[in-house]
Amino acid sequence: MLNAVLQGIFLGAFYAVLACGLSLMFGVMRIINLAHGDLAVLGAYVVFVVVEQTGASAFVAFAVALPAMIVIGYVLQLTILERTLKAGILTPLLATFGLSIVVQNLLQIVFSPDVHSLGGSAGSVTTASWQLAGLSVSALGIVIVVVAVVLFAVLQLFLSRTRAGWSMRATAEDPDAAELAGIDSRGVYARATAIAVGTAALGGLFLGIRSVFDPVSGPTQLIFAFEAVVIGGMGSLWGTLVGGVALGVAQTVGAQIHPQFAVMAGHLLFLAVLIVRFGGLGTLLRTAR
Amino acid sequence: MTLLQVADLDCRYGLLQAVRGVSFEVGPGETLALIGANGAGKTTLLRALAGAHRPHAGRIVFDGADVTSLSAHRRVGLGVALVPEGRRLFGGLTVEENLLVAGRGRRGPWSVASVLELFPMLQARRRMPAVTLSGGEQQAVAIGRALMSNPRLLLLDEISLGLAPVVVDAVYRSLQDVIRSGASIVLVEQDLTRALKVAGRVVCMLEGRIVLEGEAASLDRDRVVAAYFGLRRSA
Repeated sequence: MLNAVLQGIFLGAFYAVLACGLSLMFGVMRIINLAHGDLAVLGAYVVFVVVEQTGASAFVAFAVALPAMIVIGYVLQLTILERTLKAGILTPLLATFGLSIVVQNLLQIVFSPDVHSLGGSAGSVTTASWQLAGLSVSALGIVIVVVAVVLFAVLQLFLSRTRAGWSMRATAEDPDAAELAGIDSRGVYARATAIAVGTAALGGLFLGIRSVFDPVSGPTQLIFAFEAVVIGGMGSLWGTLVGGVALGVAQTVGAQIHPQFAVMAGHLLFLAVLIVRFGGLGTLLRTAR
Repeated sequence: MTLLQVADLDCRYGLLQAVRGVSFEVGPGETLALIGANGAGKTTLLRALAGAHRPHAGRIVFDGADVTSLSAHRRVGLGVALVPEGRRLFGGLTVEENLLVAGRGRRGPWSVASVLELFPMLQARRRMPAVTLSGGEQQAVAIGRALMSNPRLLLLDEISLGLAPVVVDAVYRSLQDVIRSGASIVLVEQDLTRALKVAGRVVCMLEGRIVLEGEAASLDRDRVVAAYFGLRRSA
């Protein structure tokens, strides 16, 4: 059981990395980006292309892919998402849903529906592991946990210690007042989306290293990322890390009960959190009606 | 020489016209009080001057440049700052962060240190989240935040609203220092006595129009009250 919890922490750290950008976009702009999983998969494909073209390690290829993904995020905000922000809650959902379909189909056209993996180009970190007191400690798991903690810590420091971070928090609280304080809210939103897409690409890198991906892998990743964000508390950065780990642990512990119960255990935890947060099952059902 | 020139300004909320053909000017270093009953269009006019409300028609010229279609944050960069009604502080940010986040405008005399000197009550609260402050302290932060951009034109919307008289006195005493710093001020104030005391010139609005305008010292109080409540139209 202890080993299952440890594997859950490794898996949860991956979910947290995936969810980080989703949480940031919701926290700053109050939109749920339904294309977030597809943008993560797009990031994996960009890394894949760089690896294929240069023969570089997946990690080096990611350093090349990251600026491209950040630019994609910035442009995405200024061209598509910005127009949807003032049109109510539904419009950004529809726009990002449409974007999700576009990304999936473009990937299908360019790369075919075949599955790919970045595991072979990530070096020994993919396979290295140690047995410690009956626990199976994988090098990749350690790398993902460390990267996740560093990622969230850096983002937290950015938001709490820098003027750009204060501007982001101010804009998240009250965009009109932020404009009146001299903050360019358009620029803030574009930077937030750029960071979100950059972190999604990091999630895509880990997805490609630890398993396989294809053009339609995005929605599944979105579901796990969304569950991590909700379990951790919508818009809370550290909460997202905790939510991701809780989801991962639920899945691996669930797998101990029955291998096919893994994903269901995560969904049940998500549902339980929703029920508690909405004040009981009755309230949740009434709200749903 | 005028710093701000407003010409034939119309502002609407859908079909409702809040400001109708308003024209006036503000000179450098001048303090102008914008008075009028609730719903007269004062706040909308101030928001339009700050760039937070896009006018339907008319022109706003600041320091010789047409800023009518300029965004609010760009106007802050030019030297126009608004202290909005209700303060609109960033509650999750500390007092110091609220000030620093706005301190990217023009160079000038105002900094965190000078704002804290102006409002000593904030000195001990600088690391506290703005949401934990009292109404008077919040108002001081709101004014300080606007000053951090070193404005040439400071727009103040109902800064005494909801505050205890003793706190309002303290805020207005601090305002005298701001006036002495050379900034022009457009002040929306419900308290007629206070408005007439602080301002050099008064503009009275009723139902979106200017119904009275003149030097504060030379205006008869009864005439101002009549214009304020629409008992008699004056030009």
